[in-house]
Amino acid sequence: MLSITDLHVHYGGIHALQGVSLEAPAGKIVTLIGANGAGKSSMLRAIAGLVKSKTGSIVYEGEEMSGLDPAAIVRRGIALSPEGRRIFPHLTVHENLLLGAYSRRDRAGIARDMEWVFDLFPRLRERSAQKGGTLSGGEQQMLAVGRALMSRPRVLMLDEPSLGLAPLLVKDVFAIIQRINAEGCSVLLVEQNAYAALTIAHYAYVLETGRITLQGTGEALLADDRVVHAYLGG
Amino acid sequence: MTIEILLQHLLNGLTLGSLYALIAIGYTMVYGILRLINFAHSEIFMLGAYFVFWGVTLFHLPWPLALFGAVVAVALVGVLVDRVAYRPLRDAPRISALISAIGVSFFLQNVAIVLFKAIPREVYRPQWLEDPLLVGGVRVLPLTLFVPIFSVLLMLGLVYVVYHTKPGLGMRAISKDIETSALMGVPVNQVIALTFGLGSALAAASGIMWALRYPQLQPVMGVIPGFKAFIAAVFGGIGSIPGAVIGGVILGFLEILIVAFFPDLAGYRDAFAFVLLIVVLLVKPTGLLGARSEEKV
Repeated sequence: MLSITDLHVHYGGIHALQGVSLEAPAGKIVTLIGANGAGKSSMLRAIAGLVKSKTGSIVYEGEEMSGLDPAAIVRRGIALSPEGRRIFPHLTVHENLLLGAYSRRDRAGIARDMEWVFDLFPRLRERSAQKGGTLSGGEQQMLAVGRALMSRPRVLMLDEPSLGLAPLLVKDVFAIIQRINAEGCSVLLVEQNAYAALTIAHYAYVLETGRITLQGTGEALLADDRVVHAYLGG
Repeated sequence: MTIEILLQHLLNGLTLGSLYALIAIGYTMVYGILRLINFAHSEIFMLGAYFVFWGVTLFHLPWPLALFGAVVAVALVGVLVDRVAYRPLRDAPRISALISAIGVSFFLQNVAIVLFKAIPREVYRPQWLEDPLLVGGVRVLPLTLFVPIFSVLLMLGLVYVVYHTKPGLGMRAISKDIETSALMGVPVNQVIALTFGLGSALAAASGIMWALRYPQLQPVMGVIPGFKAFIAAVFGGIGSIPGAVIGGVILGFLEILIVAFFPDLAGYRDAFAFVLLIVVLLVKPTGLLGARSEEKV
């Protein structure tokens, strides 16, 4: 279980997170919605160790995470599929997936998880020898998620997994997220597509200019007037 | 010109080209990962030659052992340079690291002057590299065969590391996107240190063979070969390892052949490489195999 208390993050001169507290219980899907620039990505980047928090704590399974470098955080079981996919275009699909498993040494386990990822995303199996850069946008998104899964995370963080995808693909991606969660992985999901995110989330937070303004179960927020008005186009 | 002399020239070109290529690989690998021109690379090359000299004269090591020891020692110097002079500047503007690189270059040159004295020194050469061989009726110096063969072996070793090992995969990932590589659990600083170690080992090997070919040691001996290898790396496409090899070999051939066919121009031998640099930067700044980055939305 991941628990964040009073987190402050500064980015350039910007106070991106201003005392955010959030809980991501084991086995659940938790989503963070909010407008562009609200600080959603900063949140995930802080947890992953890519940006250092000024104050506040990030505790995972009783251990303080802030101050650890990204590699150490991946080893502890928290993986991030970053915004914009950030796959390695000059490496093959297979190599991209192997990179996801860089922190692991168990060859047999890596091979098994490669099969698991290929079962989740059959398109990746077909294209495993192709360069990442030759994939379509949707396939690249699958690769980014699959790559994060290759570290065998217990918490999977996804930053805008549906961005730029065709509506049909968006449905697929959310179905996959639910499937991954059903197999025992906690999910922390950042999304602009608030409706889809709230539909699958067990619990949700609304982030506005660096602060949590609302929280509740996915269902409760879907019915909340303020959410409907601001994020669901109601 | 007889066939025999032409063959001599070609072998000389190949020898010189291999030496440039080995140095150029180090420039291109470091640039590929850090976007930094490691100006201290010339001095790494020089240290290789001096360390063998020390190994043989001071420690009375047999030559092959001195060679191996020097390559390892220089690789460690390369790692140390990164740790002390570049790693603290990783998040600083790129120009700071560049200035630091120039500083390290002068520092190592002057350390070499203090340690080894500025007087040029003679190099020990094993006899078996000296006695001419007859290959198909042509007299060949074993050295002109030894250099390209040894260079190719080293390059094959490098290709193995870069394309078939896990740290190599980490290197290729870092060269595109350091942040995402870190996110994957790649220990970025360790992989960068390894890159410096490998590049420095190749430069050391080049320096050692250079000293066999042009048997005189001086603390500034790395400057001109270093610049030319840098030009070779730019010519081949900086950031590309095959590019560095091709650029180095082509530059070596051109240099030897121009002097061979136009002896009057021999004095412009060094200027020629710089003209090539200017032309490449004007006409095709990405070089022969340089990458243009493409992104998919």
